[in-house]
Amino acid sequence: MTADVAVLGAGMHPWGKWGRSFVEYGTAAARAALADAGVEWRDIGSIVGADTVRGGYPGYVAGATFAKALGWQGARVASVYAACASGAQAIATARAQILSGLADVVLVVGADAAPKGFFRPAGGDRPDDPDWLRFRLLGATNPAYFGLYARRRMAVHGDTLEDFAQVKVKNAAAGALNPLARYRKRVSAEEVAASAVVADPLRLLDICATSDGGAALVLSSMEFARRHGAPDPVRIRAVSTVTPRFPNTVLDLPDIATDSAAAVAPPAEPFRPSIARAAYEEAGTGPEDLSLAEVYDLSTALELQWYEDLGLCEEGEAAKLLREGATAPGGRIPVNPSGGLASFGEAVPAQAIAQVCELTWQLRGTAGERQVAEARVGITANQGLFGHGSSVIAVR
Amino acid sequence: MSRKRAPVVVGWFTEESADGDREGGFRLLGTRCSACASVFFPREDVFCRNPGCPGRELTEVPLSPRGRIWSYTDSRYRPPAPYVSDPELEWQPRTLIAVELEAERMVVLGQGAPGVSLADLAIGMEVEAVPGVLNEDADTTWTTWHWRPTGTRGPAEETADATGATGVKA
Ligand SMILES: [Zn+2]
Repeated sequence: MTADVAVLGAGMHPWGKWGRSFVEYGTAAARAALADAGVEWRDIGSIVGADTVRGGYPGYVAGATFAKALGWQGARVASVYAACASGAQAIATARAQILSGLADVVLVVGADAAPKGFFRPAGGDRPDDPDWLRFRLLGATNPAYFGLYARRRMAVHGDTLEDFAQVKVKNAAAGALNPLARYRKRVSAEEVAASAVVADPLRLLDICATSDGGAALVLSSMEFARRHGAPDPVRIRAVSTVTPRFPNTVLDLPDIATDSAAAVAPPAEPFRPSIARAAYEEAGTGPEDLSLAEVYDLSTALELQWYEDLGLCEEGEAAKLLREGATAPGGRIPVNPSGGLASFGEAVPAQAIAQVCELTWQLRGTAGERQVAEARVGITANQGLFGHGSSVIAVR
Repeated sequence: MSRKRAPVVVGWFTEESADGDREGGFRLLGTRCSACASVFFPREDVFCRNPGCPGRELTEVPLSPRGRIWSYTDSRYRPPAPYVSDPELEWQPRTLIAVELEAERMVVLGQGAPGVSLADLAIGMEVEAVPGVLNEDADTTWTTWHWRPTGTRGPAEETADATGATGVKA
C-alpha cells in the first residue's frame, strides 16, 4: 500500500458539442475545481495537463496551455498523453509529485473538443504508425473493434443484443439525472434496437459518441488537506497505470494482430484484469469492498467486459449480473452512476478525470439524485489504446 | 495506360509470381526470432519483442495460410481517410474478420474478400488468406490480403470492387 493523497476539489465543464476551444472547457473545469477546493490558483504548486491530439500544438502541451489561460504564476508544469488513459496518467503524475514531496497541492486538468464523426488518425502518410495503418489497410474504426469484441462475447458467453441494450437503458437513466451529462434522456431497449447498425452487432445507441468536455481535480497531501481545514477528504488510494505483458493475446486498438503465443505462454492474467488487480493491490482492497464503479463503456458490450475484468463477477457472468440489477442504482455494485460514456460521450483526455470527479461526489455524498447510498470505496477503469491501463481507487 | 500493381505495405504478404498467378501460395509474411522462435506480424526486423529474449536475428516466415474466425464485424459507415473510397459511390458495408492462426497462436485482422457478407461468417469457421485489391489510383493498383471462408470461391479479384476503388480510371 502507498500513502493517500487528498481530493480537495473536483470540477467539470458540461459535456456536449459546444463548438469552442478545449482551452475554454479545461479552464472552466479548473476554475470549478479550485472553487470547490477553496484553493487559490496562485497557491497551486504544480499543474498537470492531459493532452489532446486534436487542438494543435497547445493540445500537446496542455499543462502549459491551461497554466497560461489561468494566468502564469510560476507553477511546475507537466503534460502527459496516453490516449483514453491520459487523465489517469495526469492523476498519477500529480500523485507522484505529492507523495515524493515535490508539491503540496497540484491541479490536474484535461479537456477536448471532439471532431464530427469517427475519430481518425492525424494526416500524412505514416506506414510505420499502427493507427494510420488500421485505417488505410482495413478501414477499421474504433466501433469496428467494439463490434469484434461484442460478437466474440455473444459467441463465447451467450450475451444477447437485449443485454447490450439494457446497459444503455441503465446508463441513460442515470445520465438523465446528471446535469453535466450531454445526453439527459432515458432510452428504451426498443430505441436501441431501432437505431442504425454501425459495426455489427452494435448499433448507434450501443456506441458512445465523441464529445466536448473538460474535467479537473485539485489534489494535495493529507497534511496540506488538514492544514486547509479538510481533515476527512476523499482520498485517492491507488492509481494503476500498468502496461500489458508479452504476449498480449487480446486484440487491442489500434493493432492489426495480437502478439504470438507460439513461443512464450500467455500470462495467466490478461491485460484488462491486470489493470484492476494492480489497483486493488496498491489500495489493499478488493472487488468485494466496492461501493461503486465508473468504467469505460465505449460500447455497451465493453461495460459488461469490465464487470468481469474488475472481478465484480466471474468470467462470462456479466450479463447475469446486469440482468439481476446488481449494477443498477440501488444494486449491490452500481456501475456508471454518472451515466457513463453512454450519457457523456467521450472527451478523451478529460474522461478518466471525470470518472474521478464522479467518485469524489459520490464518496462525499453530494451526488444528488444519483447518489449511491453509503458510498465508501469507488473504482474507475479504462484502457488507452497502445497499451495503457488506467484505474483509480478512491475512498472516504 | 495500365496500372502497376504494388502492395499497400511492403513485406507483409507475398507478391504475385512472374506468371501473374496471385492465387497459388499466397501468404501473409511475418518474422521469427531465431533465438526464441516468437513470431511477429506485422513483422519485426530489428529487435525481438519477447522481454526475456536478447534476439537480434529475425528471419522472414510465411504465416499459416488458413485459420479460424475469432470474431467478425462490418463497417456500415464509410471509414475516414486514410481509408480510400469513392465519395461519389454509395458506401457498401465491408466485413472485417479477426482470424486465429493455430500454429502461430495469434489473431490477425483483415477485410473479408469482396462479396463475403456477415451471413457467410461464423465464429470458428475456417478462412484462408487470399490476395486482394484495396484500391486503385491513377497509376497504381494497391494490393492487400483478404480473408475468405474456405468453403466458398469468390469472384476473381482482377479489379478493385466498388467500395475499395477510388473511381479514378486511367
Ligand atoms: Zn526472441
